[in-house]
Amino acid sequence: MSELASESSTRRSARSAEVAPRAAAGGATFLGTPAFPIAAKAALADAQLRRNLAHATGTIRGKRAAVVAEVANWEELRLAGAALKDRTLRHLDTYLTQLETALTKAGATVHWARDAAEANRIVVDIARGHGTDEVVKVKSMATVEIGLNEALADAGITAWETDLAELIVQLGHDLPSHILVPAIHRNRSEVREIFLREMGRAGRPAPPDLTDNPADLAAAAREHLREKFLRAKVAVSGANFAVAETGTLAVVESEGNGRMCLTLPEVLISVVGIEKLVPTWADLDVFLQLLPRSSTGERMNPYTSMWSGVTPGDGPQEVHVVLLDNGRTDVLADEVGRQALRCIRCSACLNVCPVYERTGGHSYGSVYPGPIGAILTPMLRGVGHDEQVDSLPYASSLCGACFEVCPVRIDIPEVLVHLRSQVVDAHRGRPSLQGAAMKAASWMFGTSARTAAAEKLSGLGSRVLDRTVRRRAPGGRRALGSLPWPVSAWSDARDTPVPPPESFRAWWSRTDGGRR
Amino acid sequence: MTVGLLVTCINDALFPDTGRAVVTLLRRLGVDVDFPAAQTCCGQPMVNTGYLDEAVPLLRNHLEAFAGYEAVVVPSGSCAGSVRHQHRLVAQRCGDPGLVRAVEQAPPAYELTEYLVDVLGVVDVGAYFPHRVTYHPTCHSLRMLRVGDRPRRLLEAVRGLRLVELPAADECCGFGGTFAVKNADTSVAMGSDKARHVRETQAEVLVAGDNSCLMHIGGILSRERSGVRVMHLAEVLASTEAVIDEPAQPTAGSAAASAEASRTDGPPRAPRPAGAIR
Repeated sequence: MSELASESSTRRSARSAEVAPRAAAGGATFLGTPAFPIAAKAALADAQLRRNLAHATGTIRGKRAAVVAEVANWEELRLAGAALKDRTLRHLDTYLTQLETALTKAGATVHWARDAAEANRIVVDIARGHGTDEVVKVKSMATVEIGLNEALADAGITAWETDLAELIVQLGHDLPSHILVPAIHRNRSEVREIFLREMGRAGRPAPPDLTDNPADLAAAAREHLREKFLRAKVAVSGANFAVAETGTLAVVESEGNGRMCLTLPEVLISVVGIEKLVPTWADLDVFLQLLPRSSTGERMNPYTSMWSGVTPGDGPQEVHVVLLDNGRTDVLADEVGRQALRCIRCSACLNVCPVYERTGGHSYGSVYPGPIGAILTPMLRGVGHDEQVDSLPYASSLCGACFEVCPVRIDIPEVLVHLRSQVVDAHRGRPSLQGAAMKAASWMFGTSARTAAAEKLSGLGSRVLDRTVRRRAPGGRRALGSLPWPVSAWSDARDTPVPPPESFRAWWSRTDGGRR
Repeated sequence: MTVGLLVTCINDALFPDTGRAVVTLLRRLGVDVDFPAAQTCCGQPMVNTGYLDEAVPLLRNHLEAFAGYEAVVVPSGSCAGSVRHQHRLVAQRCGDPGLVRAVEQAPPAYELTEYLVDVLGVVDVGAYFPHRVTYHPTCHSLRMLRVGDRPRRLLEAVRGLRLVELPAADECCGFGGTFAVKNADTSVAMGSDKARHVRETQAEVLVAGDNSCLMHIGGILSRERSGVRVMHLAEVLASTEAVIDEPAQPTAGSAAASAEASRTDGPPRAPRPAGAIR
């Protein structure tokens, strides 16, 4: 579903190609991304990126709001979506077995993969077994999550992304920065440059007179990809949904490139996260309403492709389904965090997140950016052993906008706070300024006598400051400017009111609550 | 019965005027308000930063301080949200069933505007504030407590007050507690956008129901020498004319609100006091 890439990211005004590729050709990865505050600082310095992101997310936000408002029973749909997913997760073992049985009966081969390495090995082995050195890919977050393209490359097999935005990212030796619109950070003149420079190396070159007109760019991609669809023997996909009852896998998209991959090659390998299940065919009813409106702001997505095993003489004659765990059962075991497994990857939370809007997706240093990434990544990877991962639950002001738009009602702020407590607990015993401050505050606020004493000290300081500080905020109150470390993190950009000489508590006791 | 004022630690130490305004306002409306002196902090800073164990003594202290009151009134959306939604979390975490029960039996906590509109049934509080004002709905009021248009209705009923629309009002200002220092650059980027929107309104005063957000936005506005003053909603609602010698006529905007207020069963409204409040 990335048609928006061609709409939103290419309509933006030209910007200098400052967003450099994150890694050298071939294996762009998030490895080595610094912790969120540092990565965010770098992104914030790119004013054009901020303008572009604000425009792009603002556009999708508006479209989503308009089409969601059309649905009278939207809240009931959300509740239904959440309830269906919860029920599926509660009986996941049953539904997974049911899916396996139905798929096998339909002629598919089902594989189980505990982690990324296992899943990659399965896919590589199948591709190798067919003596191919290339596969075509349908946009799939699960395969990005396991680093499948890199694993295939190590085995001498080239994976061609066929989703337009993923193609832009791949040809640009770049990293995706949005779940739905991976190239949201690129503008159309950059896309033109990438196409002109890179398409020839990967296959059919772009026409030399290529303009940065979105229609021309799309036409160049179409010509380039058509050649690959017709040549490829093996395709790799993910799935948006897997229906346990019927053994049906579904991919929803905007461009139709996915359908080309799903129908033309002889062999189809689908990597499916075990949380993608829904029990029955009828359950799709709810999600096929929730997903397109939440993600692209469309009433219905243009292409919904479904397949189940093998149909002789039509479509892929060998179908493999890799059921991927890769940390998902760990998430399932977390009573508060398991709701994240309801996620249907719509990216509505990214588009409303004020943090994402300003820092962009790369700052999160993970396959899943934005609010959902800030909870999903730490849970899939575990907290307490990687500073970058541990910084993600704090990459939010807890404003709650994400929860409000989530079509399956994931209470992201709740999970963020829960994960913060896990991060803190994992680091207990190690000295930290923050830990010391929190302990001191806990001690001070433990009794009102200590609180009052601290306020008295602050009041004494206030009397000194009142004589020395010249600066006044509007309204007349004296204010402090830039202060030294560690308060500089606050005061570098914000004035601070001088504490009052008398706290409320002191005033109340002195005046008997204003009565004397 | 008496309501307990949870003045919040930030108001207590940094913005005592807000607490005084709440006392003035509630007394004017005939409410018996008390400040339980044993109170300290609701524990939100610890909970939101992940220090749940450190919040436990604060929770115990809070429950003890407010036991026996009819209701708790809080001039902060985020602290009211913390009491209502996070205290149970803290109690459950420390595994003390007695503490969980105590949280369940604690008096209900109301954000100030909820208490005024829902419990007292008042929209026109008899305030007079002749200034051009814009209002920032803080995230926890808006999305955690769902106070909706209560603050706006209260402001619209203030005589002399001209309420101007804040662009992108429901977008977070970027304060977010420790987020403001842990992710200072992102926080300031968000706050600067908020400050720009405030300046665009050409309002004299930015009003909100949370002093923490106002400290952040106000700190940026002050650094920018914008001349915009920030004020807590309670202080605006507590303001009156120096002398009022005739019964107040409801303004056009507040007529419906006053009619609604008169339908509810709140306590009778106290007569407007003569004389300046502050």
